[in-house]
Amino acid sequence: MKKFNKIFTILVFVFLYVPMIVLIVASFNAGKDLAVFNGFTLRNYREFFSDSRLLTLLGNSLVIAVLSSLCATMLGTVAAVGIHNMRGRLRSAIMSVTNIPLTNPEIVTGVSLALLFAFVGTLLRIKSILGFWTLLIAHITFNMPYVILSVMPKLKQMDPNIREAALDLGCTPAQAFFKVVLHEIMPGIISGAIMAFTMSLDDFIISYFVSGGSYTTLPVEIYSYTKKQIDPKVYALFTIMFAAILILMVTMNLLQMRDAKSRRTAVKRRAES
Amino acid sequence: MKNKSRFLAAPYAVWMLIFTIVPLGIVAFYAFTDAGGSFTLENITSIGSYFPIFLRSIWYSIAAALICLLIGYPVAYYIAQCKPTTQRFLYMLIMLPMCMSFLLRTLAWVALLDDTGIINSLVTHFGLKPLPLTRNPFAVISGMVYNYLPYMIMPLYTVLMKLDRRLIEASQDLGCRPSQTFFRVILPLSVPGIVSGVTMVFVPAVSTFYISQKLGSTSTIMIGDIIESQYKTAYNPNLGAALSLVLMALIFICVGIMNRFTSSDEEEGMMTL
Repeated sequence: MKKFNKIFTILVFVFLYVPMIVLIVASFNAGKDLAVFNGFTLRNYREFFSDSRLLTLLGNSLVIAVLSSLCATMLGTVAAVGIHNMRGRLRSAIMSVTNIPLTNPEIVTGVSLALLFAFVGTLLRIKSILGFWTLLIAHITFNMPYVILSVMPKLKQMDPNIREAALDLGCTPAQAFFKVVLHEIMPGIISGAIMAFTMSLDDFIISYFVSGGSYTTLPVEIYSYTKKQIDPKVYALFTIMFAAILILMVTMNLLQMRDAKSRRTAVKRRAES
Repeated sequence: MKNKSRFLAAPYAVWMLIFTIVPLGIVAFYAFTDAGGSFTLENITSIGSYFPIFLRSIWYSIAAALICLLIGYPVAYYIAQCKPTTQRFLYMLIMLPMCMSFLLRTLAWVALLDDTGIINSLVTHFGLKPLPLTRNPFAVISGMVYNYLPYMIMPLYTVLMKLDRRLIEASQDLGCRPSQTFFRVILPLSVPGIVSGVTMVFVPAVSTFYISQKLGSTSTIMIGDIIESQYKTAYNPNLGAALSLVLMALIFICVGIMNRFTSSDEEEGMMTL
């Protein structure tokens, strides 16, 4: 049974990774057809790095992802602390509102925000309101619930006496928050921020509806690329992104492993002494 | 002191009111008005003609969610039984596709299934007739499975990893056969993971427009395609809003039914990073 499971798992990983490997191979392919390998080349990479439009859009994507995840993390963490201290109907009301962007299909979120922006645009008599600010607002909106959902459990797990102790020892509430509570919930904040960042970087559907001609992100442009005969330099971009994410994840994994190891040895040492 | 800190959630509440509740109100407003802004029921009544498309979208996404469950469960189970370091590594391999652009991953899937794609060029290489792999319901559902499988495996793994081994041992001690242990102990305990996995596959699948555009034909048009075209090409936001409203209601009903299977006191999602 276990052996069957192992083979099955390997097959599923093949299923998940083969299409991506196809694109990576295609990025080094001299020919344009994905199914035929016509010899090794780096031309696609050269073309990608000399394509100022794709690079600008990659920059736009990163700017939006960094700004929106930072704002969402700050607003979301503060909100989580507030919600944590709420009781009763108000709390469940605000938690249901938090669940709306998570449960709603992205297309509905995108459409609803696009209609709001269009409405504000006609009120303010701005012709093309869609752009940087609408993208940023939309991304903050769908990112905040993820931050709240990863910070809330940490607040629940935290021993409330720690904060009381800090207050008893003369901390002001603000000091108690920044010196004690923040430290305790930091893992939740970090994982929320990372989640928000990746969600924002990868988002296509919502961005597609709220971005305009003046400012778009990379996924929106890739979408318009895929409607035509696709240019192989997009495969080069895919390979670079794949490598970047792989390196990032492996590093995080190694750091976590080292962290766990040092914690284990610290515990052992304390037990020995 | 505690009473004051709940006001920290106020900025978040205001933000969500403006950018989540109000936009949904605007969607409802558009759904019940015509292009001139006067009240009409025409949009809602014309939804009847889209009923087959709604039905098709639901049918495809349920199929995709069930296939994901059948494929994902053994994988999640296998990962949960590995050594902690292996677990972390495999979990990373599941996470990695989720961080890649889903547009390009779908394109890679198209490259495999296309009439002149990789699978078919292998098939014709062996002198067989090319298989009709794309532009049919099978292709659309397989594209959904390929894209959303990690969203199924993640919550299943989270639940199975936390499963108390002693319960399994106890059931074996009490004379359960392996199949009985699975169906009477492990499966019931993993219901929260199943519910959240099915939700996480079903919701994006039912509202997709990209996958069906790339892998489907005119006979596999989904509701997401119709909504997208109402905003981007047909310029009938009123009908688009009415369809969005129905789609949203549908999803909230489905999610509500599915959440019946789990205890509702857990307000945190199953997502962990």
